[in-house]
Amino acid sequence: MVKNIIDWIDERIPMTATYNRHVGQYATPTNFNFWYFFGSLAMLVLVNQLLTGIWLTMNYVPTAEGAFASIEYIMRDVEYGWLLRYMHSTGASAFFVVIYLHMFRGLIYGSYQKPRELLWLFGMLIFLVLMAEAFMGYLLPWGQMSYWGAQVIISLFGAIPFIGDDLTLWIRGDFVVSGATLNRFFALHVIALPLVLVVLVFLHLIALHEVGSNNPDGIEIKKNKDENGWPKDGIPFHPYYTVKDIMGVAGFLIVFCYVLFFMPEGGGYFLEGPNFEAANPMKTPEHIAPVWYFTPFYAILRAIPDKLIGVIGMGLAIAVLFILPWLDRCKVKSVRYRSMIHKLNIGQFAVSFIVLGYLGAVPTTEILTNVARFFTVTYFGFFLLLFIYSKNEKTKPVPERLTH
Amino acid sequence: MKKLLIALVALVPTLAMASGGGAHLEDANIDLNDQASLQRGLDHFQNNCAGCHSTQYQRYERVSTDLNIPLDVMSAKYVHGEAKVGELMENAIPEVDAAKWFGATPPDLTLVARVRGEDWVYSYLKGFYKDESRPFGVNNTVFPSVGMPHVLQELQGLAVKQEDGTLVATGGTLSAEEYDQYVRDITGFLVYSGDPVKLERESLGWWVMGFLFIFFIVAYLLKKEYWKDVH
Repeated sequence: MVKNIIDWIDERIPMTATYNRHVGQYATPTNFNFWYFFGSLAMLVLVNQLLTGIWLTMNYVPTAEGAFASIEYIMRDVEYGWLLRYMHSTGASAFFVVIYLHMFRGLIYGSYQKPRELLWLFGMLIFLVLMAEAFMGYLLPWGQMSYWGAQVIISLFGAIPFIGDDLTLWIRGDFVVSGATLNRFFALHVIALPLVLVVLVFLHLIALHEVGSNNPDGIEIKKNKDENGWPKDGIPFHPYYTVKDIMGVAGFLIVFCYVLFFMPEGGGYFLEGPNFEAANPMKTPEHIAPVWYFTPFYAILRAIPDKLIGVIGMGLAIAVLFILPWLDRCKVKSVRYRSMIHKLNIGQFAVSFIVLGYLGAVPTTEILTNVARFFTVTYFGFFLLLFIYSKNEKTKPVPERLTH
Repeated sequence: MKKLLIALVALVPTLAMASGGGAHLEDANIDLNDQASLQRGLDHFQNNCAGCHSTQYQRYERVSTDLNIPLDVMSAKYVHGEAKVGELMENAIPEVDAAKWFGATPPDLTLVARVRGEDWVYSYLKGFYKDESRPFGVNNTVFPSVGMPHVLQELQGLAVKQEDGTLVATGGTLSAEEYDQYVRDITGFLVYSGDPVKLERESLGWWVMGFLFIFFIVAYLLKKEYWKDVH
């Protein structure tokens, strides 16, 4: 009976073939480690954001007059509204945690290198759209930090010569951030950007399954196949990595739910204190800080004295990641078989990113600005050095088969 | 490299200082399980603060349920004028009048403990002192140039700032300890108001954590079983 139904469908659309290509017969390297959990976790968080977002939309009022009160209505009067809201707000931060770790995984194991350049580019586009999505979503609670954060970030576009002022006007739909801005950000946040995001995730997965997964050794498992054409170091994604990813999901949820139930403000970093005060265009908060996942780039912006160059620097900090596959000219992928200088370079890059993240969250002083300048240089230095030494890098011999 | 490390270590105190700042805050030590304190806090708030400050995001009925106050008592004692017990706890005086009398609209206080923190609220209520240069004759240690009078002056007495910066209040109807408890009750009520679901959330959280730990063990064993033939 079931087989008949499946046959009936398979004669009309390639259901079984698609399942086998992407799940049942998708050959995955046997040696995935801890770093390989974050791709599937990003999918989990995406689904969480979509579902909780739909239910939040049912009670949220996207107007300057009603937005703030409607959030409190969700928190107090809607059955388990507080749970939906905290799942969504904690999910936003969790999204960036897993995405940053996922990107770092790609960085250390050279997952951006040939033939995975497009895979990396789709991933970078996801990151870019995710930042826009998070930025617009943060305006919706219409708290003080929502309002002033948006005001500061949108005004950055004003630094662009000639078209700057018209551009900020066009983005806001008003001379200041107002109800008009809220309406359009709401539309983009709940419809336009999620659609783009889902399409990009689809393309990211198609690209991944075409070229196959990289692994901690950076070896192409497709180069060593048995007589049936199955990679000797490969195992089917299902059931091996489905059960492993379920374990990863359980571990992730322990951390996620601890934050959600016991510290939903995330120490003031996931939900900022001033954002519990309704937006007031007449009153500027003492200290305006973006949410933590933007702070590394915000620190770069503030470190550069000229506003226009600062904006360009901030844009470059993200743009340079797009061309990473062409900056790295080394043929060896994994950090395991690359030179000491490469290991140190990745280490200093991670430190730079974290320190910049801290500096972007605290008020500036003269000393801190100089520290931020130093780490802005080392951030960009990573890419410059990589381009220089990767051409003739002294690498270790790469084994034929996976080492685990 | 070594010089860089030294420079970074030398920076640490500066970095730590940068995140601090502001006046010294006293520890409020709020216990949301102390219902008697929250009930007193509601009573003190309604008698002293609610005349000017709304708590407009919460409803009388919800407060009565959460704090175990019978609905009829809640209605009779705390619901103003025409309002019904199921309604939001909105302001007693019109905003326009309030703005005229005080120069600014007294802010809504539903979420003040989440905006400022419980220690700030507690310290603010204890922080009024005599300052003739201010319109109401008082200033506040944690909120300089505060725009409201010291409403609890009769209870605390008027504090005078000493040379070492401490406040000494005399002439109030409450002793210092009694006054501390009085404002702690109000602070507790405001902490509750800011996040009324906190206790329920945390007790549900322990069940969720318990489930997830068991789920993790099952998932781990399942993974181990499947993977034992992979080399």
